[in-house]
Amino acid sequence: MKILVCISNVPDTTTKVSFTENNSKFNTQGVQFIINPYDELALTKALEITEKVGGTVTAINVGLAETEPSIRKALAIGANDAVRINAEPADAYFVAEQIANYAGSLGFDLILTGRESIDYNGGMVSGILASLLNLPSVNVITSIEVDGNTAIMERDIDGGKEKLSCNFPFVASAQKELTEPRIPNMRGIMAARTKPLQVIEAQSSAIGSSTQSFELPAPKGACKMIDASNAGDLIRILNEEAKVI
Amino acid sequence: MSVLVFAENSDGIFKKSTLEAISYAKEVAKITGGNCTAISIGNVNQEQLSLLAKNGAEKIISFNHDSVNNFNAEVFSKIISETAKSENSKTIVFSNTYSGKSVAPRTAASLKAAIVSGVISYPDLSNGFTVKRTVFSGKAFANVNMSSEIKVISITPNSFVINETNDALNIIPASNQVDANDFKTKSIEVSKASGKIALTEAELVISGGRGLKGPENWHLVEDLANALGAATACSKPVSDMHWRPHSEHVGQTGITIKPNLYIAIGISGAIQHLAGVSSSKVIVAINKDPEAPFFKAADYGIVGDAFDVLPAIINAAKNRA
Repeated sequence: MKILVCISNVPDTTTKVSFTENNSKFNTQGVQFIINPYDELALTKALEITEKVGGTVTAINVGLAETEPSIRKALAIGANDAVRINAEPADAYFVAEQIANYAGSLGFDLILTGRESIDYNGGMVSGILASLLNLPSVNVITSIEVDGNTAIMERDIDGGKEKLSCNFPFVASAQKELTEPRIPNMRGIMAARTKPLQVIEAQSSAIGSSTQSFELPAPKGACKMIDASNAGDLIRILNEEAKVI
Repeated sequence: MSVLVFAENSDGIFKKSTLEAISYAKEVAKITGGNCTAISIGNVNQEQLSLLAKNGAEKIISFNHDSVNNFNAEVFSKIISETAKSENSKTIVFSNTYSGKSVAPRTAASLKAAIVSGVISYPDLSNGFTVKRTVFSGKAFANVNMSSEIKVISITPNSFVINETNDALNIIPASNQVDANDFKTKSIEVSKASGKIALTEAELVISGGRGLKGPENWHLVEDLANALGAATACSKPVSDMHWRPHSEHVGQTGITIKPNLYIAIGISGAIQHLAGVSSSKVIVAINKDPEAPFFKAADYGIVGDAFDVLPAIINAAKNRA
């Protein structure tokens, strides 16, 4: 089984978000970057699959040189090799196109992504990528079992769950329950230093969308306190004052 | 020219998020010119289809067939992109549900269209075509310019009003050809929790955290939710400890929601949790620690132990009904 896992480099979840250059750029000052948590689940699941049925796991990232610590971490967790496509990830379409250009002729059996990145929350790369490669896509999987040439999966759907099957090759995106992330051990960290990390220049692409500016939410007014001894009054306030029930 | 909107159904019923998308598409049609056309896929009766006309669809293309009652991303995106071509649609609108998120990107790729998801504004044409979307799980917003000729927009549920326009009912059967080879993913079993309100669509959400001390105390959250007709949610530690299913986890690495009312019980208000709920219209925090960060993000607060204050709140909610 030849698996490709798409890795996004994102700000740590504790990041206080702010912007620079007239609110046009995300302020990376003092921000710790990590592998997108959902991508980490995809990577761990890919390793679990290849440990069971054999095969290789390649991690791919579209990003500039500063994303390499995250790629090295993916190698430390256990990916066999990695690829970085050297470009600013302009939008989901651009990223999907670059990955499709790379993966097109290499015959991956399975391409995994996270459900969404926790910075831009688009959740669009897996679907665009699958469509560009003319492959089926299965979103938000919570389990996957390999049975010969077929995968049996469960996924979240609106209001419930679906069990489904799909023949390889296809693209799937990882939802939270898929597995638990794996922490790299010392041996993995040492091995990661010498594992191959190929850098490829991006191909030109018509970028369809671009962020013009960012905004922060309006600050909240003061919190109105209700005395605990009169807690039932909350319902009256929500009804008469806040008018939400 | 038209604005095409995917009218997603759930077992033959159009949910609120679909009607929001219809009304949104109608507004986009007003802004960009052209009419509002809805595409419905699967068995939906005329009474339901008339809801689409009532809320803005000037034309309804219905692919009314048993083979597509179950959602399938490949087949649905094929039908929608073929329809977009035949209708000369320049903007295609989806709701950002699980199904919408699966089918919108495939449709965009088929049409070589720019795509923006999580959209919370109507397009602004004053300088190109710009929409506002949520980023960093609600910690911020981005104004995104879309420059391609065809544009795919996926809107966040609970972000737009449903406008009754009472358009005339105009149903046209779809002419797409779908055969068994188009179904690459095969559904084996679908299980839906009946009568449960989907979290992303819920207008009222009651959420519990570690302060509730254990899953055996969740009846307090559920009683209040039932009394108000609300959905239930939880914090990350609660789902990590398996007190509640992962599907209820709201926050930066869970589900992002924007209900009218969010009541957080025994949740301290870590930055990751706040990211997922800060777009809620009214936030109530109940916590025994007066220094809990949630009080800085809330509109109303009660400093008190959940076990002391909840019975009175549940009682008041029951008596109101």
